[in-house]
Amino acid sequence: MPIMGLTGNYAVAHAVRLARVQVVAAYPITPQTTIVEKISEMVEKGEMNARVIRVESEHSALAAVFGAASGGARAFTATASHGLLYMYEVTWWAAGARVPLVMAVVTRAIGPPWNIHVDHQDIMTLRDTGWIVSMAQENQEVLDLTIQAFRISEDPRVYLPMVVGLDGFILSHTRAPVDVPEQEVVDEFLPPRRQPYVISPETNLVMGNIAPDDIHFLMRYSMSEAMEAAKKVIEEVDREWAKLTGRRYGGLVECYKCEDADYIAITTGSWSGDAKKAADMLREEGYNYGVLRLRFIRPWPTEKIAMAVEGKKGVIVFDRAVSMGATGPIFADVAHTLYGSNISLMGVIAGLAGVDMKARDFAEAMRMFSSRVEEEGRVYEPRFWLLPRRYRGRPERVKEVAKRWS
Amino acid sequence: MLVEIRFHGRGGQGAVTAANLLVDAAIHEGKYGQAFPHFGAERRGAPVVAFARISDKPIQIHSQIENPDIIVVLDSRLFELTDVLSGLKPGGVVVVNSKGKPPIDGDFKVYCVDATKIALDLGLVVSGWPVVNTTMLGALSKATGVVGLESIIWAITNNFKGKLGELNSEAARRAFEETKPCS
Amino acid sequence: MEERATKVLLEEPQTLFLAPLSRPALGSVGKTGTWRTMRPVVILDKCTGCKICWLYCPENTIFMRDDGKVRIDYEYCKGCGVCANVCPFDAIEMVPEG
Repeated sequence: MPIMGLTGNYAVAHAVRLARVQVVAAYPITPQTTIVEKISEMVEKGEMNARVIRVESEHSALAAVFGAASGGARAFTATASHGLLYMYEVTWWAAGARVPLVMAVVTRAIGPPWNIHVDHQDIMTLRDTGWIVSMAQENQEVLDLTIQAFRISEDPRVYLPMVVGLDGFILSHTRAPVDVPEQEVVDEFLPPRRQPYVISPETNLVMGNIAPDDIHFLMRYSMSEAMEAAKKVIEEVDREWAKLTGRRYGGLVECYKCEDADYIAITTGSWSGDAKKAADMLREEGYNYGVLRLRFIRPWPTEKIAMAVEGKKGVIVFDRAVSMGATGPIFADVAHTLYGSNISLMGVIAGLAGVDMKARDFAEAMRMFSSRVEEEGRVYEPRFWLLPRRYRGRPERVKEVAKRWS
Repeated sequence: MLVEIRFHGRGGQGAVTAANLLVDAAIHEGKYGQAFPHFGAERRGAPVVAFARISDKPIQIHSQIENPDIIVVLDSRLFELTDVLSGLKPGGVVVVNSKGKPPIDGDFKVYCVDATKIALDLGLVVSGWPVVNTTMLGALSKATGVVGLESIIWAITNNFKGKLGELNSEAARRAFEETKPCS
Repeated sequence: MEERATKVLLEEPQTLFLAPLSRPALGSVGKTGTWRTMRPVVILDKCTGCKICWLYCPENTIFMRDDGKVRIDYEYCKGCGVCANVCPFDAIEMVPEG
C-alpha cells in the first residue's frame, strides 16, 4: 500500500484492521469518536471481520472487550478524557486479571471547565493501574505502536493490557503521511493470539473471586515483575518491527541529540517535535540541548533515563499534566530516577487544556533553566508553571482574570 | 523548506477538505505534509479556518500556525468579518476568491480568481452553496507552485470518485488558468 | 480451551505468574454446616418438588431425592433460612439447633 494521508485516528483504525481484531466496543467521545466510526465503516464494508458491540457507556465498553478478550478474542477499545475516567474501574480489572487487551486513549483535558483540547491529565491516571502506557509523537508512530501493542500485550512474559496514547486533535485530527503496511507484513509480525487462560462456558473458571490476602499480595508482585519483563519485550518488538518495515523508534525512549548534550529536556507525546526544534534553537545560542522523548510512561524507563542523563549538567522535564499538591507526574518519576545524583533538575508544567506550546516557549524555559544552572550551580525547581504566553511575567493580567472568573 | 498555509472559509465551503487534499497532493509529490482543522466547534456558515504545512523534510512540529506564508480565502466577504491577514509573513501570498480587488494593503502578493463563478458553472453546489475548495486549490497551485496542478488533480480524483472527481478536477484546472494578480 | 491456556503457561513460563482465577471446589472453607443456629427441615408431605428452594439456596446445599422431593445437605447448609422463606407450600420449617 502506498503512503496515505491519514489522521491519527484513522491510523489507529487501520492498525486495528491489520491486527485482525475480532471484537470492538466503544462509546463516542471527542476526540476519539472517528476511530470507532472508521472501524465500523471498515467492518460494514467487509474489510474487517469483527464484531462491533454497541454499549451504553465507557464502563460497559471496556467491560465488553475485557469479557471478549477473556473469552479468547483479540479485542480493542478507545476513549478519551471523561470517558476514560468513567471506565476507570474496569481498567484495574483488566490489568489485574492479566488479560491481553489494547486501547487507544486520545489525550484530552479533564473538566471542569468543559474542554476538548489536548493535555495528558487523562492518560496519566493509568500510571498505577497495571496497563502498559505508551505515547506517540507522529501519526506513523500511532499506527506502528498500535500494531506493536497487541504483540507486547500478548507476550507470555507480559500478559498485561496496553494503551496507546495519541494527542487529541494534534494527532487525532491532523492528516499526515502514513505508510500503511501490507497485511502479510503484519501477519508475519503478529502471531496468533496468546493469553494465559480462556474463560468459556466449558471452563469451570471464576475470575476475580475473593483470594487470601497473601495471594493477592503475590499477584501485585507478579504484575510488577511482568512490567519489568515488558521493558525487554518492548525493545525486542521495536527491533523486529524495524526488520520488517525499516522503522525503528528506540524502544522505551527516543533520544534526540543526547550524546553530546550538556542539558536534556524530557518530554512525551506530539509536542516533543516542537521541543526538538527548541533544542536546535538553543544549540545556536550555545546551550547544548538534547531531547529525551518518553515513548513509554509504564513501564517507567528507569535505566534508559539514567543512562541518557549520566554526566549532564541539567535535566528539564515538561509535563502536560499535574498531580495537585505535588508536581507534574513525569517530573516525580524523573526525580526518583535521578536519586543520589547532583544533576540540576527542573519540572515545568505547561500546555494544559490545549494551550499551544511552540518551540520558542520550550526554548524560553530551557534558556532560563540553563542560565540559572550556569550562574547558581545546582538548581532544584520541582514545579515551575510556564503560564500561557499572554500571562507570562504579567501578574496584573492574572489578577484581572481572577476578578472576572470568581 | 517548510511552507505554512492558512485557509479561511465558511463552515460548509470545504476549507478543511482543501487542507486535506493539499496534503495528499504533497504526499503524491514525495513531500511531507500536515493538515489540521481549527480545533473548536464549527457550524455551517460561520467563519472557519484550516491549516496545512508542506515540507520536503519530515515535519516534527505540532504547534499551531501563527505566521503563515500563504493565506487562501474561500470567500471575500470574510474580510468584513475576521482579520484574514493576521500573522501573514511580510512578502507572503494571499489567494482570494474574488471578482474585484480585495481590501489588502501591505507587502503581500495577492492573487484573485472568481472561484464562485467556476463552481456555479460546473454545478459544484451543495445545499444551495457553491463549494469552492477544489477550485481554490487550483488557484493556490498557480499562485505559489507549492504543489503542482497535476498532483492536486491526483488528490481530488483519489478522494472523489467518478463524475464528482471529474468536475472538481475541471474546477481546479479552470482556476489554474484564470488565477491572476488582483487588479 | 482451558487445556490450551495451561499449555501456553507450561511452554513459556514466566518467572512468576498469578491470575485472580478460582475453580469451584466442595467445602473450600471447611464444613460450613457448623455455622448454623437454625436448621431447615423439609416437611415431606407438603413438598411438591417445585425446586424453588433449590433455585434460591445461595450455597447449593439442596439436592433432589429419587422420589422428586428435596433433601438438604446439612454438612454445608449454613441455616440462612432463604429456602423456608421462599417455599410456596410452607414445606420447610426452621428449627433451632439443639
